[in-house]
Amino acid sequence: MAIEKLQKRLLQGNEALARGLVESGCVVAASYPGTPASEILGSVKSWQQAEAVEMHVEWAVNEKVALEIAYTASQTGLRAATAMKQVGLNVASDPLMSAAYLGVVGGFVVVSADDPGPHSSQTEQDSRLMAMLAKIPVLDPGSPEEARELAGVAFELSERFRIPVMIRPTTRVCHACQDIELRPVTRLERTASFKKDPSRWAATPKFRYQLHLELNGKLAEIAAYGPTAPRCLNPEVKSRRAVVASGPAASYAKELFADLQLWDKMNLHQVIQPYPLHSSFVDSLLAEYDEILVLEETVGVIEMQIRDRHKVKGKLSGMVPEAGELLPEVVERLLAEFAGLTVPVQVAVQAQGGRRPTLCPGCPHRASFYAIKRAAPAGIYPSDIGCYTLGINLGGVDTVLCMGASISQAAGFYQSYRVTGQRKDIVATVGDSTFFHAGIPPLIDAVAQGARFVLVILDNVTTAMTGNQPTPAHGSPAGRAVHIESIVQGCGVGFVETADPLQLPAFTALLKKALAYSREQGVAVVIAKSPCLVDRAVPKQKRRQPTVSSACTGCRVCIDQFECPALRFEPDGKRVTVDPMICSGCGVCLDVCAFKAIVREEIP
Amino acid sequence: MNQQLIICGVGGQGILFVTRLLAESAIAKGLPVLTSETHGMAQRGGIVVSHLKVGAFASPLVRPGRADALLSLKPETVALHLHFLKEGGAVAANAQQSLADVAGHPVSLIDADSLALALGDPQAVNLIVLGRALADSGTLFCTAEEVEAVIRRKMAGKDKQLARALAAFRAGLEAGGKEDGAC
Ligand code: SF4
Ligand code: SF4
Repeated sequence: MAIEKLQKRLLQGNEALARGLVESGCVVAASYPGTPASEILGSVKSWQQAEAVEMHVEWAVNEKVALEIAYTASQTGLRAATAMKQVGLNVASDPLMSAAYLGVVGGFVVVSADDPGPHSSQTEQDSRLMAMLAKIPVLDPGSPEEARELAGVAFELSERFRIPVMIRPTTRVCHACQDIELRPVTRLERTASFKKDPSRWAATPKFRYQLHLELNGKLAEIAAYGPTAPRCLNPEVKSRRAVVASGPAASYAKELFADLQLWDKMNLHQVIQPYPLHSSFVDSLLAEYDEILVLEETVGVIEMQIRDRHKVKGKLSGMVPEAGELLPEVVERLLAEFAGLTVPVQVAVQAQGGRRPTLCPGCPHRASFYAIKRAAPAGIYPSDIGCYTLGINLGGVDTVLCMGASISQAAGFYQSYRVTGQRKDIVATVGDSTFFHAGIPPLIDAVAQGARFVLVILDNVTTAMTGNQPTPAHGSPAGRAVHIESIVQGCGVGFVETADPLQLPAFTALLKKALAYSREQGVAVVIAKSPCLVDRAVPKQKRRQPTVSSACTGCRVCIDQFECPALRFEPDGKRVTVDPMICSGCGVCLDVCAFKAIVREEIP
Repeated sequence: MNQQLIICGVGGQGILFVTRLLAESAIAKGLPVLTSETHGMAQRGGIVVSHLKVGAFASPLVRPGRADALLSLKPETVALHLHFLKEGGAVAANAQQSLADVAGHPVSLIDADSLALALGDPQAVNLIVLGRALADSGTLFCTAEEVEAVIRRKMAGKDKQLARALAAFRAGLEAGGKEDGAC
């Protein structure tokens, strides 16, 4: 059933961007989930189904593979897209740099979502710098509607100049929602047709030099391409001062121009394509204005391309903060200052206290971390990226570097201690999806180099943190499921056992056995298998909530060491109680309490 | 009409759902709408906040001192987000005792935790508070009937879910009718 056209719908930025990709005739889409980009691929799939278009849509094992699959589709002449978060682009940067030189046939769009703040990322890196490094154009939407629109613009630009094009939304675009009008889906009816041309598609270094010259030529032309040129939002005004803004900062500026009554006082230019910045725009800025304020996130990418800096105020000039999110209240202060208005009194912001995020009540990861601390109390605990990073609250996470690094770091710790004549218990934790993504090469390395540690693969059979996307262990309708246990065995690991961490005593005993093996022989892998509680694909179990008897001594072990948010200290008394609002009835606390004070009636 | 709202609580309470119900009510009334949601790590029990702007706006974020109303699903998140309220902006909150530091704001409280447990549906706190906020007519840009129509549309065909949602929503609405709201 095709979707009724021209109706307004509430769409999240990621859904709108996905809509734009499908409307523009995208045929192959591949992604790896990561906040704030996670909803893009699922939405592509929904639009594909709703509009009944033929597409290949896949959750790839990691961003590099996702980009390579989509890029290859473009080599066959189809329109294709890949989506990821900014640190995912680090993983995919190798093929991206090369693809920029080789160019494309069908339109090829790389969505890399940034997270100024950061809200849910390791870094605040600006993907537009990656576009500069790769020498590809990048578009900067300021709202969900612009994200939808720019998807089509990006495909056109990509095909016109045979170049990959990046769209760089930020969290405030991805996770904003807006009323959006759907447009009809373009059906390009292309068929895949790969034209062999080894001198291009498999170019040797000598030809890469030629391709680099070609790329530079394309960039010069793209810096004069009409459809992505900066938009002056009040061209009727003639002023000596101008504001240049892109992305969400441009949206804040639009509202603030009204609130501060600046619309008839100075020009506001919205930059759509921060790189390459249109050359005639740079020339006219410098010719027409005495002072220019540049508002953008997160690095001064537009600003650095305005070569004469004397007139420019921004991040490089020190006026605009260089880290953190450019919130509308900050933009308000900057605009007022730039316009020479009395800076509006900023409302005092409450100290951000509140709550730290924590693993869900009943999350199997909590049981795993508790068991790890019991089994190896003096150990080092390298960990990884996912919900289980929150094991830091329990003292079960000592390091988090990047996807898959828990395993290489475990090996690094082992080798560093060994070479200086010491031994340490090392227990690394990695999620199942993260293991598939980047955990296999370091595991092979560890085995081949004789490292000794325990690796606990926290297998909840889903990608939990980003909204429960499937992993290769699910396979796909056309493919086969890939099992973690056989991968681990295939990597040459001599000790592989699987158990449910919610069975706390048995799981702790298994960890001790694995530790004994790792001290004497090599890498031991324990697969902690238990489903994620918020995974809708897993049927909810009705489990009875426990109660706390008068045997509770108030020792606080279950709160401080085990950290289940459903266990609270009575405000007045000396005992712990179970919060009936959130307890999942997992029953692990029964085994945590040394005094057997937490009890429950078993369901017969 | 222009209205700016903040909806807050902790991860897992269904703040996104309430935000989207209100946003879709705006669309049903033919009003433009922008919202901003919290996703990612904070959704695991951390502080979650939605911004919602109905009317002529270009960006989804509410500036401090600009919100017309604050809906809070946890007592402690009122103080954390009170700075978003404009002078005289309204508070509707889930709380068992009266709140400190809300002087100058009309406040509607409801013990949504107890009501939800009584309904046998601890997940329903969000709809109870939404119902409570809509009980004071004129606080929000839309009416209880308009929101109920959206709930019915969203859950069409899921009878059990719909019955539970409506029971919670009405419990909040009726509690508002009984008390006199301000305290
Ligand atoms: S979402 Fe799943 S994996 Fe993440 S904390 Fe909750 S139960 Fe654990
Ligand atoms: S049963 Fe115990 S450990 Fe499990 S969620 Fe409830 S209080 Fe927490």
